[in-house]
Amino acid sequence: MDLNEIKEIPKNYFKETLRSFFKLEKLKRISHFSGVHFDDAEKELAKKIENYKKVEKEAIKTWKIVELSRNENRPHTPDYISNIFEDFIELSGDRQTAEDKSITAGLGKINGTTVAVIGHNKGKDINERVEFNFGMSMPQGYRKSQRVMQLAGRFGFPIITLIDTPGAYAALESEDSGQASAIAKSLLTMFELEVPVIVVLIGEGGSGGALALAIGNYVMMLENSTYSVISPEGCAAILWKDPSGSKLAARALKLTSRSLLSMGVIDRIIFEPLGGAQADPVRMVRILKRYLVLALDKFKNTDGKHLKEQRAQKFETMGFLAASSQDLFSDK
Amino acid sequence: MDKKLLEKNKCKNCNKEIDPDEFLINLNVCPKCGYHDYIGARERIQITSDEGSFSEMAQDLNSVDFLNFYDLKSYSSRLTEARLKSGLNEAIVVGDARINGFRTSLGVMDFSYMGGSMGSVVGEKIKIIADYSIANKLPLIIFCASGGARMQEGIMSLMQMAKTVSCINRLRENKIPYICLVTNPTTGGVSASFVTVADIIISEPGTLFCFAGPRVVEQTIKKAVPPDFGSAERNLRNGQLDMIVERKDIKDILARLLKLFKN
Repeated sequence: MDLNEIKEIPKNYFKETLRSFFKLEKLKRISHFSGVHFDDAEKELAKKIENYKKVEKEAIKTWKIVELSRNENRPHTPDYISNIFEDFIELSGDRQTAEDKSITAGLGKINGTTVAVIGHNKGKDINERVEFNFGMSMPQGYRKSQRVMQLAGRFGFPIITLIDTPGAYAALESEDSGQASAIAKSLLTMFELEVPVIVVLIGEGGSGGALALAIGNYVMMLENSTYSVISPEGCAAILWKDPSGSKLAARALKLTSRSLLSMGVIDRIIFEPLGGAQADPVRMVRILKRYLVLALDKFKNTDGKHLKEQRAQKFETMGFLAASSQDLFSDK
Repeated sequence: MDKKLLEKNKCKNCNKEIDPDEFLINLNVCPKCGYHDYIGARERIQITSDEGSFSEMAQDLNSVDFLNFYDLKSYSSRLTEARLKSGLNEAIVVGDARINGFRTSLGVMDFSYMGGSMGSVVGEKIKIIADYSIANKLPLIIFCASGGARMQEGIMSLMQMAKTVSCINRLRENKIPYICLVTNPTTGGVSASFVTVADIIISEPGTLFCFAGPRVVEQTIKKAVPPDFGSAERNLRNGQLDMIVERKDIKDILARLLKLFKN
């Protein structure tokens, strides 16, 4: 194995393994010249290097999904809104200080039922992307979302949210306007709602900025979307201090739809057309509509109190831990 | 107590020499410049609650490395390190206490345990103490000191934000008063969850209280942040805090608030 082959993983990650690799080569040479063999040591080192190769493979595979989730040809919130909901009317402003375009909110009909639709909007072209701040919201965006959700709650309209954000916008203005408070209040508002809340992760689920809209009775995720507590780049910067660490971080964070389903964080994976949603956006929109109709149908006969309880129960049972020295997992 | 500080006998803020005994008596606050230094969970409980009144709960909960998370060390080894460093099982201690005779539920975080980061155990302990408050009709007081969500637990740490806010929602429905003390630092996922939905938010002076940290903001706006970025004083001006209270006055303020809520 050539050291130069190791491209995808930063060299400080498996310092020990690389040292093992050198040791193994050394041992082989000693064996060759002296006739003394170190079978056990060689086996152990070979195993470590195998593990390393496995990690590298997984990291590359996970990174492909991360790239797909960020693909600019992937259908975005406005694509879904205009093709799934009839009579959609967009609502603007947080009624306090500003209109934040990074979140699109409004009312529309799906299969004859009025629903509120709220989603992160990354923008279609370069101008829109800058105007919509690449889907990164400020407190005003979360407050607009809260306002529309409370409106829907008052009139008994189910709520559908579409999550697609790299994260909350980390500007000075955001902090001064109470970013932490806006996100927390957004979470609180969603727990107070007495209407069905259907959440779909359609692209990037960037941490708190995504969670603020993701407290649902039913949480679905597109196959190639991601959902994470921190971006792979952010994680790599803190933990590995090496840009190539992003692929490793993505693997370590287990941010793919399959991992999330197995951890019980999401309820369903919506499989995408072959090659990803960007390969057949028209079909993707149709597929999502079908699942939204099914999800709404699931909760249409549940009363407000039970919807609140189900949502609270759902999130309050999340976590993996053990009691004292025994391996008692209390998980979902 | 912070051993490093005692060894050097110098304040982190003003760099003047201070007598370690004086520092301790002053509740880990610099007698020269008033800098509020780190204080551990056990010490905080001691100086806040009536002597012998604190009875701990849920001390047997432990974190597990369910993601098999390995950055430069495994999560398991980091947990062991944290236990040795802080003397605690996890980043929060919860229990029942009295403050000037008023009974209350109390949760205190400790920054020395993996930077006070919130993982499954912190989330679960907050749920346990919130449920306890509701069942026993006790107010809830939480001292927060945290760098945010625990990366090594991935998405589960993010879910703890939702979990804790859901618990606070039920507290509110049951008319249970909830007071949160912001101590240095309080950032990230904890700021954007159970801290800012409290009924009363009190901060110590000089605290860093923000969502995104100064370096992240600087990277975003491509220039330096003001020197008082995220400070308690700046937060008070921006309407994010009810009050700033010095450490020596916290017990008194809490007792007075508990008295008002008792009505």
